[in-house]
Amino acid sequence: MTSSRATKIDRLASVAARGPEYEVGPEGRGSENGHDAGVSLAASAWRRLRRNPVFIVGAVVIGLFVLLAVLAPFIAPHDPALRLLEDQVSRANNEIPPPQDGYPLGGDQYGRDLFSRMLLGSQQTLLVAALATVIGLGGGLVLGTLAGAFGGWVDSVVMRIVDVLLSIPSLLLAVSIGALFADQSQFTVILAVAIVQIPIFARLLRGTMLSVRESDHVLAAKALGVKRRAIVFRHILPNSLGPVIVQSTLVLAIAVLDAAALSFLGLGAADDSTPEWGQMLGNAQDFFDSQPHLAFWPAGCIIVVALGFTLVGESMREALDPRQRR
Amino acid sequence: MGMALLEVRDLSVVFRRRGEEPTIAVDNISFDVEPGQTVGLVGESGCGKSVTSLAIMGLLPSRGAEVSGSVTFEGKELLGLSQRQLDERRGRDLGMVFQDPLSSLNPVVPIGVQIAEVLERHRKLSRKDANAEAAELLNRVGIPDPNRRLDEYPHQLSGGMRQRALIAIALACRPRLLIADEPTTALDVTIQAQILSLLAELVSGTDTALIMITHDLGVVAGLCDEVNVMYGGRIVERAQRHALFAEPRHPYTHGLLASIPRLDAPRGEKLVPIRGSVVDNIAWSRGCAFAPRCPNQLEQCWTDPPELVEDRGGMLRCHNPVEVAPLAAEGAR
Repeated sequence: MTSSRATKIDRLASVAARGPEYEVGPEGRGSENGHDAGVSLAASAWRRLRRNPVFIVGAVVIGLFVLLAVLAPFIAPHDPALRLLEDQVSRANNEIPPPQDGYPLGGDQYGRDLFSRMLLGSQQTLLVAALATVIGLGGGLVLGTLAGAFGGWVDSVVMRIVDVLLSIPSLLLAVSIGALFADQSQFTVILAVAIVQIPIFARLLRGTMLSVRESDHVLAAKALGVKRRAIVFRHILPNSLGPVIVQSTLVLAIAVLDAAALSFLGLGAADDSTPEWGQMLGNAQDFFDSQPHLAFWPAGCIIVVALGFTLVGESMREALDPRQRR
Repeated sequence: MGMALLEVRDLSVVFRRRGEEPTIAVDNISFDVEPGQTVGLVGESGCGKSVTSLAIMGLLPSRGAEVSGSVTFEGKELLGLSQRQLDERRGRDLGMVFQDPLSSLNPVVPIGVQIAEVLERHRKLSRKDANAEAAELLNRVGIPDPNRRLDEYPHQLSGGMRQRALIAIALACRPRLLIADEPTTALDVTIQAQILSLLAELVSGTDTALIMITHDLGVVAGLCDEVNVMYGGRIVERAQRHALFAEPRHPYTHGLLASIPRLDAPRGEKLVPIRGSVVDNIAWSRGCAFAPRCPNQLEQCWTDPPELVEDRGGMLRCHNPVEVAPLAAEGAR
């Protein structure tokens, strides 16, 4: 399983690294005055994306949830931490407040408004996913650049560490990292999810950089005596970021799921006054027989958000893949 | 003539790979380049032209490629310099123009930045001065509206303009030696002529020397003072431009000239290709590498490697050179 993950990463790296050379389409070599001679990678990818219904569906889904997350504090009808319907909760009879006037989804097992908790939960979920991806991306960029720029023993050492991390199933690794921290919080979840993503980004970036390093324009830059630092940061790195950017949208989906899984397993914040979908799902499992809707809403939202990021990521990968061009 | 600008002596490049026979890409070649002179390196694919240029520039990978011999530039040895020392020379003293202008430019960096980069690196100009100088350089290589072009990306330029921009970058620091590795191969025929005359114009009147690497004898005819014809990693003939065309001595040179389509040839006349291909070569250590394809071959050619000797003012490596001029040969057929 690990080797297949590694090969998948490397394949993505090799495909996207060849990007620019495929830019010369039938209209690529323009006239002497050709201002609009070629079409840049980003522009042509965007043109394909815009026509792709898969991308539009994914983008709309993500856009909706982001909008909800931003507006949540203003449109949530109640404070998610207050036990407003506590009088309707009965532990003994397994009774939970049903949907009623002002509480469209009813309450949870402590009598808090489920609808408000769902709304504000989107904030946590998106924040965790975004931060985990950014940290993972940052760490991966540093390690990948080290390995790709220096080569030699630096490359070997970094890549062996990366291989070891990749050989552990990602969720298991995240759970282990999360369990290492003494007091778990939302932040430890972010860190655990991020660290799992670092080796993926590092391997991907290193693979792309290695193939860009062999390209003609890098040779040309060397022939001009450009310093090594400038060659790495101006000529190799910017040309290697394409696959990493695509990967980060896919990682957003994985981060949503992993973060929810960690919270579900109780590795998130102990205090549940700030709602989080994974945690809500975890709390709902005691009532799964009698009150399935408590699990249905957070689980459904997690799935839909993760699906949205996956759709966007996959369609971006397709759009940037030179072999898919029509 | 005094001391040459560039002296290449017994330059050899051997590629070694684990588990494979070593490949001799360049085999003991020697030539001089005087200041202001244009020297051609001519030969078909795989004859070692490009490897020679990369060896001079110190751009061959340090692992796998074994370079021996000597390359002196203004009396200073270039082989064996560290990458850091080479970086000081490359771009400033030695410039290079590559074959494919699109892939030789960084696709994500505007043209102006790519030119200014060299100026800032070697001439220590400020960003602002470098930008002004970059616009001036684009103007000099014949790119209209240079200030607008500075902000454009390589994909927004046409093939010809990209090559002009590359030449501008290579000449930015006024190097004393410019190596052009098949600079027109990737271009339209009409643009080829423009680029060649631009190169000729830029090097004439300055003491910048030019090494022109090409498989195209037409390019050589228009541009080079002296021509080295390479085959199988060795120089097989060296002559002044006019002598080479009027009187090719080596059967390979003769074959190259005869295989060019001629407008004044009678209608329906077939082209005369050189038989076989580079893969038919035998090793120079055994005999003449060209022998298997040579119309003039002798018994001796298969067993006795010919030496490069002086011949009618040039140099020649052949046991049985061609005696007739190509035009006469055409007529005889």
